[in-house]
Amino acid sequence: MKRFAPYLLILPGGLWLAIFLVVPMVFMASVSTQEGDVVNGFVQTFNLSIYGDVLSQYGTQFLRSAGYGLVATVVSIVLAYPMAYWIAFRGGSRKSTYLLLVLLPFFVSFVLRTVSWKFLLADNGLLLSPLKSLGLVPADFHVLQTTVAVIGGLVYNYLPFMILPIYVALERVDPRVVEAAQDLYAARRQAFTKVVLPLSLPGVFAGVLMTFVPMTADYVNAEILGGPANTMIGNIIQSRFLVNNDYPSAAALSFALMAAMLIGIFAYARALGTENVLEAAAR
Amino acid sequence: MHQDSSLDAALLRGMTRPRSVTRRDAFRLAGLSAAGLALTACGVQGKKAAPPQKDAVADYWASKKKNGTLRFANWTLYIDKEDGRSPSLEKFTADTGIKVTYTEAIQDTPSFFGKIQPLLASGTDIGYDVMIITNGIHLSKAIALGYLVPLDHSKLPNFAANAAEKVKNPTWDPNNTYTIPWTAGLTGIAYNPKYVDEVTSVNDLWNPKYKGKVGMMLDPQEVANFGMFAEGIDPDKSTEADWRKAAARLQKQRDDGLVRKYYENDYVDALARGDIWITMAWSGDIFQQVAEGKDIKFVVPQEGGTIWTDNLCIPKTAQNPLDALTYMDYVYQPKIATMLVEAINYITPVPATKDLVLADAAKASGDDKKSLEQLASSPMVYPAEADMARLRSYRALTTAEEKVFESIFQPITQG
Repeated sequence: MKRFAPYLLILPGGLWLAIFLVVPMVFMASVSTQEGDVVNGFVQTFNLSIYGDVLSQYGTQFLRSAGYGLVATVVSIVLAYPMAYWIAFRGGSRKSTYLLLVLLPFFVSFVLRTVSWKFLLADNGLLLSPLKSLGLVPADFHVLQTTVAVIGGLVYNYLPFMILPIYVALERVDPRVVEAAQDLYAARRQAFTKVVLPLSLPGVFAGVLMTFVPMTADYVNAEILGGPANTMIGNIIQSRFLVNNDYPSAAALSFALMAAMLIGIFAYARALGTENVLEAAAR
Repeated sequence: MHQDSSLDAALLRGMTRPRSVTRRDAFRLAGLSAAGLALTACGVQGKKAAPPQKDAVADYWASKKKNGTLRFANWTLYIDKEDGRSPSLEKFTADTGIKVTYTEAIQDTPSFFGKIQPLLASGTDIGYDVMIITNGIHLSKAIALGYLVPLDHSKLPNFAANAAEKVKNPTWDPNNTYTIPWTAGLTGIAYNPKYVDEVTSVNDLWNPKYKGKVGMMLDPQEVANFGMFAEGIDPDKSTEADWRKAAARLQKQRDDGLVRKYYENDYVDALARGDIWITMAWSGDIFQQVAEGKDIKFVVPQEGGTIWTDNLCIPKTAQNPLDALTYMDYVYQPKIATMLVEAINYITPVPATKDLVLADAAKASGDDKKSLEQLASSPMVYPAEADMARLRSYRALTTAEEKVFESIFQPITQG
């Protein structure tokens, strides 16, 4: 009995994943190689050329999504790292309050938060109309329906997912190792770059995983804040599926996206060194 | 073609034998759609499912009884409401003894259709006996797939007597076989006169003066129609070559940076906030904005505007079809239609309501009086003949055409 106990522990979660993740994935993989339409039905033809077709047709949106995801991830790191650092080392007894504040936006619906940006950034809205009346920006200047608005929305919505893992990594850094570095005549800056930063990299890696992947697949921000030239691959998949009822091409796009991201993540892990990945995964 | 319909009738008669009521219906309707598929299989592509034979319709309805309940799926804000209750539905219950479960289940047609399609395909109850689908790609699909119950017009006397001639026998559903209208609306141009000179032509959407301040619609059929109007093409008679011409025109509009965004419902906010100055727009939305005191104008451009219809229909899985049909006829009483139009502000299919609205206005006072008079005189609710003459429908598309159509227009709105 004892030997099986660990397996019993993973049974509920394992079953959950098997039924609700693996089965639909197999199903969608099969859909992606079907041909037909919703009126006459779809037939399994194992036609793989659809992958090439959708990639060439929507290559622009693919690259654009990856680009947006990348830029938004970098911006998130730049914003999140100092914040996490400050909470971890200077937060004192109020750390948990600060963490709660970081999480506070999650108490409001994702869509609603994004929509509220439309009011904030409107052409004659809170932000732009004072700037326009001061003559700081030209009258026809706008932020909504631009790349800046979409990337800004992505960063805004996913920032906490970057802050938290970095915070956890920094929090684990034993203050004594910093003291030791200083005892060994490291300047504060050296202590940071040689000791604290390397120790926190697994947190950054986990943060990148938790933000880059959903950001690249996101469609809400492009839908609400974007314009004609900001369509992301998520929007395409959504409309292929729900508007056109073209299930095979939507499924093929999803799998292509998943494959591209897995390859990207593993390449990135390789570049950072696999130890870090394992460490990040173990957290 | 003839061969197919005789086969179709034989098939149907064969299907009508078994005793079990619900299964029988399912089979019969399945038979209808099978006939439709047989047609396409014979290479007669581009034809819809064969219309149901007369006796099939009669057979379906012969065994139906009033159950005293009705489940109605509607769009949000699309019925009269007072303190969360609907007087017209309560009157319906009082008059007929049929209790209504009213659900605002529909946010937009594609996702609603996406939700009910698998259930209808497997013959599982979708939870509604009557629902509303806009004419267009999804309604055509629902008809072609045999998802809708053919209506027994002998039980629709109010529709026959009171519906406007122009809403009868629409191209997307000849003889109103499966649907009758709930309301109709126009797609025209709305603009803010503060920034935009008087608009008469669809070409104002291409005016470089309004660069970056133009709103267009995301829906391929909507945006395609306006591209075709600009090219002087009647969408109903358009060919693939016409679509490409219209698409080139729309692409240029986009490439020149004129279009701010391809909108869904959210164009209303963008217009109200001043993000856009001139936009494709739906009549009822703008009527409501004007009623709220916003300075916005709505026009049907001289080259043409689009008229679309939201249609009542009964899904083949309906548990209470006779109650549904009773309701569909009930709303065609001018009195009931008046209660509805006074709340909904879209075009009613019952023209007699105009006098009743005016009569209500005479009885009312103050703001109510003003808004009722505004309603009765609004060209957005009771369009003038001159406007009506310029209105066109969406192009009816077969499944094969739909693919081509969308592959031409979607890359513009989703670049």
